[in-house]
Amino acid sequence: MHYLDNAATTRPLESVGKAVLSAMNENFGNPSSLYRLGIDAEGVINEARKNVADALGCEEGELCFTSCATESSNTVIFGVAENYGKRKKKKAVTTTIEHPSVAEAFNKLEKQGFEIVRVSPDENGEITAEMITDAVDDNTFLVSCMLVNNETGYILPIDKAFRSIKKKYPDCITHCDAVQGFLKIDFKVKNLFADCISLSGHKIHAPKGVGALYVKKGVRVAPLLVGGGQEKGKRSGTECTPLIAGFGQAVKELSPTVEERLSKAESLKNYLLDKISLCDGIEINSKPDSSPYINSIAVLNIKSETLLHYLEARGVYVSSGSACSRGKKSSVLKEFRVGEKRLDSTIRVSFSEETTTADIDILIEEIKNAQKELCKIK
Amino acid sequence: MSEIVLAKYGEIALKGLNKNTFEDVLVRNIRRRISKYGKFEYKKAQSTLYISPKNDDCDMDSVMEALQKVFGIAKLCRAKGFDKDFEAISTKGIDYVAEALENANTFKVASKRADKKFPMKSPEICRELGGVILDRFPHLEVDVNNPDVIVTVEIREEQAFVHATNIDGAGGIPVGSSGRAMLLLSGGIDSPVAGYMMAKRGVAISAIHFESPPYTSERARMKVEKLASIMANYCGRINFYCVPFTEIQEQIKNNCDEEYFTIIMRRLMMEIAQRICEKQDIPSLVTGESIGQVASQTMYAMVCTDNACRMPVFRPVIGMDKREIVEISRKIDTFETSIEPYEDCCTVFTPKHPRTKPVLEEVINAQNKFDFEELIAKAVEETTAHYIDANK
Repeated sequence: MHYLDNAATTRPLESVGKAVLSAMNENFGNPSSLYRLGIDAEGVINEARKNVADALGCEEGELCFTSCATESSNTVIFGVAENYGKRKKKKAVTTTIEHPSVAEAFNKLEKQGFEIVRVSPDENGEITAEMITDAVDDNTFLVSCMLVNNETGYILPIDKAFRSIKKKYPDCITHCDAVQGFLKIDFKVKNLFADCISLSGHKIHAPKGVGALYVKKGVRVAPLLVGGGQEKGKRSGTECTPLIAGFGQAVKELSPTVEERLSKAESLKNYLLDKISLCDGIEINSKPDSSPYINSIAVLNIKSETLLHYLEARGVYVSSGSACSRGKKSSVLKEFRVGEKRLDSTIRVSFSEETTTADIDILIEEIKNAQKELCKIK
Repeated sequence: MSEIVLAKYGEIALKGLNKNTFEDVLVRNIRRRISKYGKFEYKKAQSTLYISPKNDDCDMDSVMEALQKVFGIAKLCRAKGFDKDFEAISTKGIDYVAEALENANTFKVASKRADKKFPMKSPEICRELGGVILDRFPHLEVDVNNPDVIVTVEIREEQAFVHATNIDGAGGIPVGSSGRAMLLLSGGIDSPVAGYMMAKRGVAISAIHFESPPYTSERARMKVEKLASIMANYCGRINFYCVPFTEIQEQIKNNCDEEYFTIIMRRLMMEIAQRICEKQDIPSLVTGESIGQVASQTMYAMVCTDNACRMPVFRPVIGMDKREIVEISRKIDTFETSIEPYEDCCTVFTPKHPRTKPVLEEVINAQNKFDFEELIAKAVEETTAHYIDANK
């Protein structure tokens, strides 16, 4: 199997599987229970929390675990609107290239009467720090931008943008969906200038069903779920100890090697680009300085879905656009000024540390076969 | 005594000497449909089917839900049996229908006395029971012409049955009493509706689907199978044929004029469907075409398609607007599945500018640029078939 869809999800690490099983079978107590069994389960969660906090460079108290990054982002957008968007401030700023978990949350806010400004890439498909900063004014209570785009790997200048926003409008809350950047490109809370950050477990070799939310001390985010007051009231509901343990284990194992893995991904990307440059009819949508983990390419005149199934039959897994919007045409690629012709034939090739040059060789070989065997669209 | 279900026939009540045949088909369909909810006994009397559970643990709510989708039933109601004395009927019997009476403003009592040994005659039962009900529910008024609730008492050999509310059945005539047809099922909104409408008129439906991997996905096929399983709630078990269509589509693409792609594809689909029908002794085809909806569904295009057909092609949604078709697809619950966005065989190589007024001779010439015979025979040979049961 040549799994090249790591932006959709990743295979859990072996040590992660063990951590999940042991937390599930041995530390099965309710982390809120007062007796030893409960305290042990709480210990598992605290250890995981410490691992994630260390990786982010934040305090443990600033982190809470959620069920997924969608929940984290929804919590921020609705929770900040509730606490900060009430009186005069009615405006929020985001971009047109966000993941649906952010975009749809803002659509809902808009229906509730908030003004949503969506910054769109310029004709070169770039979003500069100034473009984001300029959209913010005195009435803005929230800015939310992703760190790495999930369809193209484009890296937004979040640090620059958020720094100048925080300088000019210290009251404006900044949120970053860092799902595709966490443990892939090097960043810490203090140099991102984000008040809130959404993270996901399953994109970094942890299980599905667990995410995290960083909220800077002093920032008040109204919870999405209320109930037993777990996670210091930020996220009620009994904590999912096994998945959190898995998340913590993945972070522990991967956080020391961010740089190392990044340079490996760089060389894989260069390898892929070199190969592509020798082929006819393959074009690259991703920018040269985008995240090397995510590569958006167009195999001209072959429909994405057709190529996807062709490759699937040969054990090569890629996605068409992004897997989240199965089958739907990507509006995000359009925002990046990818032409209509390429839109229909774009696939996403995304790497992890398990990816090898042999995977890329097979991919290119099979794409070449597809170009020979499959009928072309016009 | 537990509850029984009364299923009142629709149209088949009007049939003549062959009424029995229709009844038997209906009973067979019902038996198949509800056997998973328990064991039942069936009795036919006066255009009504009495369905009584043999055990106490039969799931009557699910039975009612399933029966609402069985064609041939006009009305359905649940009834309960009581001892055959007026005392029991007017106390326990009225308890049983109390809820319906509480929510109504007007009522009447109807009575059927099949067992003539019962001491009170029908008008007497109605009168006396009406009095009891009025005493107990003072807010009610009697309305013999257009009552909100009709409390019916049926005095039969073994017991007296009391029931109040009728719910609408699916109507139509029993599936299987009007022969068989092969439905071309694509995965869109229209074809499941077309199949439903034919089944309503008693036609037993088989379905044929064309798939073109890798141009179409496994999910597209799963979607069509799901549609068939939803349809099967109404049509009964569907025999599902899946035709490998990739090579034919590729050769159309490589050899024929682009503007005729879709029409030639449809002609070849019809040819394959007919060959399978002939093997299976199925005498007709059904499609979800609606006139003028897309280029391949203009009058001219359909003339060209039908030219490739040796058997009748029924198009029950031909005169319906999309809105009307969507309405039915929502009612039968196929809509949500139909709109799942996967490539299907019809959208793979859509020509940019299809001919809306194709000329038959040109189409035939375009098709003859390649000899499809070998590929057609191969596709028929490699077609797979399996049964798809109702999903509920």
